[in-house]
Amino acid sequence: MGDLLAALGDYTLRTVALGAAVLGLLGGALGTFAVLRRQSLLSDALSHATLPGVVLGFLVTGTTSGSGLMVGAAVTAALAAGLVLVVVQRTRLKQDAVLALVLSVFFGVGTVLLTYVATTGASGQSGLDRFVLGQAAGLVASDVRVMAVLTAVALAVVALLYKELKLVAFDPTFARAVGYPVRRLEALLTALLVVAIVVGIQTVGVVLIAALLITPAAAARQWTDRLAVMVVLAALLGAVSGAVGALLSATTTDLPTGPLIVLVATGIFLVSLPARALRTRLGARREVSARRAKGVGVR
Amino acid sequence: MSAPLAVRGVSAAYRSEPVLWDVSFTIPEGRLVGIVGPNGAGKTTLLKVAMGLLRPVAGSVEVFGDPVDRSRVGYVPQRSSVDWDFPTDARDVVEMGTYGRLGWLRRPGRRERRTAERCLDRVGMLDLADRQIGELSGGQQQRVFLARALAQDARLYLADEPFAGVDYVTERIVVDILRELRDEGRSVVVVHHDLATVADYFDTVVLLNRELVAVGPTAEVFTSENIARAYGGAARRAEELHRG
Repeated sequence: MGDLLAALGDYTLRTVALGAAVLGLLGGALGTFAVLRRQSLLSDALSHATLPGVVLGFLVTGTTSGSGLMVGAAVTAALAAGLVLVVVQRTRLKQDAVLALVLSVFFGVGTVLLTYVATTGASGQSGLDRFVLGQAAGLVASDVRVMAVLTAVALAVVALLYKELKLVAFDPTFARAVGYPVRRLEALLTALLVVAIVVGIQTVGVVLIAALLITPAAAARQWTDRLAVMVVLAALLGAVSGAVGALLSATTTDLPTGPLIVLVATGIFLVSLPARALRTRLGARREVSARRAKGVGVR
Repeated sequence: MSAPLAVRGVSAAYRSEPVLWDVSFTIPEGRLVGIVGPNGAGKTTLLKVAMGLLRPVAGSVEVFGDPVDRSRVGYVPQRSSVDWDFPTDARDVVEMGTYGRLGWLRRPGRRERRTAERCLDRVGMLDLADRQIGELSGGQQQRVFLARALAQDARLYLADEPFAGVDYVTERIVVDILRELRDEGRSVVVVHHDLATVADYFDTVVLLNRELVAVGPTAEVFTSENIARAYGGAARRAEELHRG
């Protein structure tokens, strides 16, 4: 732990920790909506679907730096989202089957492309494979600036449309009944999810980034029964997971960042698990004493 | 003044499975209407078409003469349509009834909160306002949904099986409120499956079995002959129930 704190004095490591924290912030906030809308698997499929986009982005731009890879990732993820929607609507396949299908096809294509690029020995391709499991050590200040701006925009949208997004997440049928454009709001949530994924793949990797969306939200749910608190708490827990995991990865060994961040997040989740049962028990006790005080029986 | 609800030649289908065939009827103002029919008769489908949640294959539904606008409709969906583990409390859910009026970007404030609490009070649940919705009983959850519709302050109410699986207290409260709404001159349309209570609850009945079987004042329309036509094979049992 002393090593970790000392590491914060180091400019490069501070950049890495900050980047991963920003990413966790965004992942936790948007993951909350994904979890509540039962779209955890969708976020996993979409993150795997960014891999072919990343490689294509490299093939087009010829470099692993710059926004080409991010644009490519966003395009194939959006394509996958559209594909899931169309196949679920047009066939009788269940959504989980379609998600598994889309995930494996896109990830398979991505892996083939990645291997192809490696065998061609194209110049400047080193570092491309870090998108699979993530490598926070490669983060530089300009990356973090881009991540921070995208995160700020996405969080501002969530804050601005909080009331609408809450209703769509809780009861989309009622939302449509009161005249909300539910399809568009759902598409917006999916688009924001793609932003979070694209922002995070370099650091956490396409294989595990879904965990950074889902785990902090699942942990936060244990501590609260209020959506607003859950969003904020999930964001904070995500930020802590990101920063600690990235620092562990960058200081100790050359362990990949994604798995370490996920392990930290999972640790937080495990610690959080008993919180809900505890809250329920305390609530019941309060209820009983309140009723006693009022002189009412338990109906 | 156009009728609160006018269903004109509605046919509806899920995929290629027809569910409703050429259904037409009009609901006048100030009525408490039961939509009655066997399972699979298309009752819920009809409600969804009326709410604009499902596009009919043919025909249209007008609410106060408008085929599209549903802002004057209060909607009580089936309780099973949402995840009750959602992190929110009863007051918050009821407050959602005011969102349609609030419009975009505006946040609910003290006024909306007071509206929500008034509506919770009306369904006898003010003391449970802070309760996480998953910790409420089925009947209480149904009352939360009714309170949310009350918060919409609508001229026409559509409720989908509000009596399904609820306790006696809730059933009484819901019936009383639906009657109050009717007596205030609003129109209330309820999808209902319990034949034994139809004559007691509703002044108007829509008997449905994919096609419209009969529509009109309960005393005239809710006859054993019509029930037999609506329920077909299950007619004898239905008739026995009707005689009580």
